[in-house]
Amino acid sequence: MTVYLDNNATTIVDPHVFEAMEPYFVQKYGNPNSLHAFASETHPGIKSAMEQIYAGINAKREDSVVITSCATESNNWVLKSIYFEYILTGKKNHIMISEVEHPSVIATAKWIESMGCKVTYLPINNEGIVEAKSVKEYITDKTALVSVMWANNETGAIFPVEEIAAICKENDVLFHTDSVQAIGKFPVDVQSFPVDYLTFSAHKFHGPKGVGALYVKKGKELMPLLHGGAQMGGYRSGTLNVPGIVGMGKAIESAVEALDFEMTNIRAMRDAFEDELLKIKDTFVVTPREKRTPNTILISFRGIEGESMLWDLNRAGIGASTGSACASEDLEANSVMEAIGAAEDLAHTAIRFSLSRYTTQEEIDYTLKTVHDAVKRLRGISSSYAYAPEGHESGLAAHH
Amino acid sequence: MGIDSLIGGTIWDEYSDKVTNLMNNPQNMGEITEEEANEMGAKLIVADFGAESCGDAVRLYWAVNPETDKIVSSKFKSFGCGTAIASSDTMAELCKDKTVDEAVKITNIDVELAMRDNPDTPAVPPQKMHCSVMAYDVIKKAAAQYKGVDMESFEEEVIVCECARVTLSTLQEVIRLNDLTTIEQITDYTKAGAFCKSCIRPGGHEEKEIYLEDLLSDYEKEKLAGKASLGNSDAPSGDFDTMTIVQRIKAVDKVIDDNIRAMLVADGGDMEILDIKENGENVDIYVRYLGACSGCASSGTDTLYAIENTLRDKLSQSIRVLPL
Repeated sequence: MTVYLDNNATTIVDPHVFEAMEPYFVQKYGNPNSLHAFASETHPGIKSAMEQIYAGINAKREDSVVITSCATESNNWVLKSIYFEYILTGKKNHIMISEVEHPSVIATAKWIESMGCKVTYLPINNEGIVEAKSVKEYITDKTALVSVMWANNETGAIFPVEEIAAICKENDVLFHTDSVQAIGKFPVDVQSFPVDYLTFSAHKFHGPKGVGALYVKKGKELMPLLHGGAQMGGYRSGTLNVPGIVGMGKAIESAVEALDFEMTNIRAMRDAFEDELLKIKDTFVVTPREKRTPNTILISFRGIEGESMLWDLNRAGIGASTGSACASEDLEANSVMEAIGAAEDLAHTAIRFSLSRYTTQEEIDYTLKTVHDAVKRLRGISSSYAYAPEGHESGLAAHH
Repeated sequence: MGIDSLIGGTIWDEYSDKVTNLMNNPQNMGEITEEEANEMGAKLIVADFGAESCGDAVRLYWAVNPETDKIVSSKFKSFGCGTAIASSDTMAELCKDKTVDEAVKITNIDVELAMRDNPDTPAVPPQKMHCSVMAYDVIKKAAAQYKGVDMESFEEEVIVCECARVTLSTLQEVIRLNDLTTIEQITDYTKAGAFCKSCIRPGGHEEKEIYLEDLLSDYEKEKLAGKASLGNSDAPSGDFDTMTIVQRIKAVDKVIDDNIRAMLVADGGDMEILDIKENGENVDIYVRYLGACSGCASSGTDTLYAIENTLRDKLSQSIRVLPL
């Protein structure tokens, strides 16, 4: 049996999405900008996909939703655009992001910082949540942009972006939110709060990889990213990714239709799964589940290094994830666990299970059984759970 | 750049089959109790190294025959990733039937070599070598305990960052040669401070005698006093065997630049120096082939001899070149 529980990383493409995309490879392959029927026959598909995408986040027709290649591109674009528009020109000298943003925001902010801009990294509280009051605390009349993700990829923690956006508006500061983990998890309505820029990506909600989007409210600045043939209103030239756009349209429509199912059924499945996991001795979750996306669990198993747990899960055909040290290229500890100030010995023990509307109860039961076996085996190996003779002075710093 | 770096991959792809098998089925995992040691007529030694907050920790159990100093049983427990478990297991295996004095000579490199499927392919990716292969330290701790001496008597060098195993002299040298002024720069250059962070400044989970911040302020003072020699990028001259690690790397790099690199580049390849370590009488230079060289069968033999002979000729007869 194989079980995919890494849906915050990417998702399976909905077969209906795949079906919608298929004609745009071999049949309707024309370049939409050309002047012939091969081009024209792609137009209805693009148009209805764009309508679906606008409807998916309730954008107004006069707003822009620019299609990009990924959320990383959208995030880079907003921050760099702000840099060229406000920082380089000397109009403003400060931006704020949360300390647990996606690397595409953090690394871009660091680059901007290296160019002489002040960057505030907003802290998270012990529930893993950025508080709106800290935005109030650090905002100045020189702040150009605040960028705070809507939901955190690692913990699933939902951040109070409506409140933060309101503070930004009061202070005449632009607000961007990386909503990659929000679409399809809870309703996203850009008219319900004063958001200026919003990022999302199709492959997080059962659409294809390689298709991101950036919502830009009417009248808000955006510097053109790719100069060339003036596609996407001249903001992002390059031949349109027709199948990708069609796929994103169908995917967001399906994701919005499935919202109730996600917020009720998947949530219930997640909650029951989490209850069972927490019955295992010495396990911890950080963010209370009602403050999380309905599909995510980040759980620590004391005494078991994250990569080891992934290893045993993988041997049993289960894909989960860990942001912790040993499983990633750079070997750094899980940034959220560090930021929360979790007990140091837990920073390397967090495992993330992220469900989707395709997850079945049978898969969850099988995963639970596997986790029990893995915990038994790996705690058997673990020095944290090991025998030490009386009077042995442990050199393990974690035993304090 | 190049196709391999563009494709990327995961660190699991780089584990040897031996590492995989040992992770799945460690052979020497377990504990030795006082009673079991007594039954063997042996003295029980239990030594710890690492910390869970660094991501890896190991506990080594030895039963040592006090008459012969021989390690009659050797087991481990480990908090860590796959490579930490596999390498701890290999270390415990290598300790068996050795005397304590012999065991002290086991290095992390020996453990890594023992886990290779074939001699030319590293058993673990380089970034894992630093943090998850901990044999060297825990064995020294065990040996010190057995002999009732201080662990420092085995240590030739002061280690500032335990996680990345970066020595005081390396750090001082790197800071001076590259005119480093921030902790981030030190981390970029050496990986020191990247992991548990307790070597950066006081207040971490582990107390240190010297912190990275101290090194930076020392250097700052040194510069103010006008003593620092900045931007010295020339290869140092003098006796290779008495050079510091950074001087050695520069010297080796220069020899490779002057004599070898052109030949490799002509074939579409290149090489880099990963590490230089003293290993008993030898100075081991760990290198990695890049580009066309990395897949070339002869890079393990002919090219290796050419590089090794050139380096011996120009620098020191004690040099061994090991491809990782």
